[in-house]
Amino acid sequence: MNKRLGWFLAGGLLVAILLAGVVSGFASSSPDGLDATALRGCTTDAGGEITGGTCIAQQEKDHQLGGGPLAGYGIRGLGDGRLSTGLAGILGVVVVFAVSGGAFWLVRRRKPVG
Amino acid sequence: MHIANGIVDARTSAAFAIVSLVALGFCVMRGRADLDDRLAPMAGLVAAFIFAVQMLNFQVLPGVSGHLLGGALAAVLVGPWVGALCVATVLIVQCLLFADGGLTALGLNIFNMAILGTAAGYLVVAGLLRLLPGTASGAATTAFIASVISVVVASQGFVLEYAMGGTTELSLGTIAATMAGVHTLIGIGEGLIAATTVATVAKVRPDLVYALRRFRTAPAAATEAVAA
Repeated sequence: MNKRLGWFLAGGLLVAILLAGVVSGFASSSPDGLDATALRGCTTDAGGEITGGTCIAQQEKDHQLGGGPLAGYGIRGLGDGRLSTGLAGILGVVVVFAVSGGAFWLVRRRKPVG
Repeated sequence: MHIANGIVDARTSAAFAIVSLVALGFCVMRGRADLDDRLAPMAGLVAAFIFAVQMLNFQVLPGVSGHLLGGALAAVLVGPWVGALCVATVLIVQCLLFADGGLTALGLNIFNMAILGTAAGYLVVAGLLRLLPGTASGAATTAFIASVISVVVASQGFVLEYAMGGTTELSLGTIAATMAGVHTLIGIGEGLIAATTVATVAKVRPDLVYALRRFRTAPAAATEAVAA
């Protein structure tokens, strides 16, 4: 890997860290397209809990790993404020880069063609 | 657009887990040919970037948001095989670490967003870049259109899965139309993000844009042939 590519990667990672670490705190908290579709036919209260009707989301089961330290994009113990979301986001960026970059590096073609 | 546990029955979820696993295995086989010393770290960055942008839900309707899925963006930047693997990695980390997208629904989510989304995005990219110029703006326009189509196709993946293993008696037509409508709006948002990203990379390092590298050689060869 040459130096210019190294700088590009560092710059790109910095952008990703800023997006996940800072901008994420200002993201919309409304249900996404699928979740909103799944709620059609049901009535919900202010907290988003289903209060009646028939909809897809009623069949939803809890996540097996819902008790994990980063579950729901937050650091457990730090609440769900911007700091908690941001730190969890930065951790996620680092983990995804390390896991995918590492795996791609391991399976890459060793010898350049030509 | 992450499906939670319990929405689609266990049998359908298991079937799609197998389909996704086979498809990802195929992507590893084909992707190895693309993965050199330059593309491997770039693909890691693309995955990390998609993870970051997936956290940024934007409002599309009152009370409805959406986020980038990333299949089309990944296809433009690192190609279809490696691109699908990037999105799949993001989904796996989200599921295991952040409890986003059910564990039993992981195969469904990978099928929709990593496989279908990237495949649809790439087909549009491959077609459009034969018509549009291989410039930063050509690549950005391509990324925009590919994103809109990719997101709508991915949303219909859910409809297919729900048709096979849905657990309520709701009208499929209504679900399909609602999903397509709202995901057209989300796709436009994703398209704007993807176009901005691709335009930036294409200006700074055009050699790192897979779609440009792939298609740039053709017009150049044609020009040489005319000159000779």
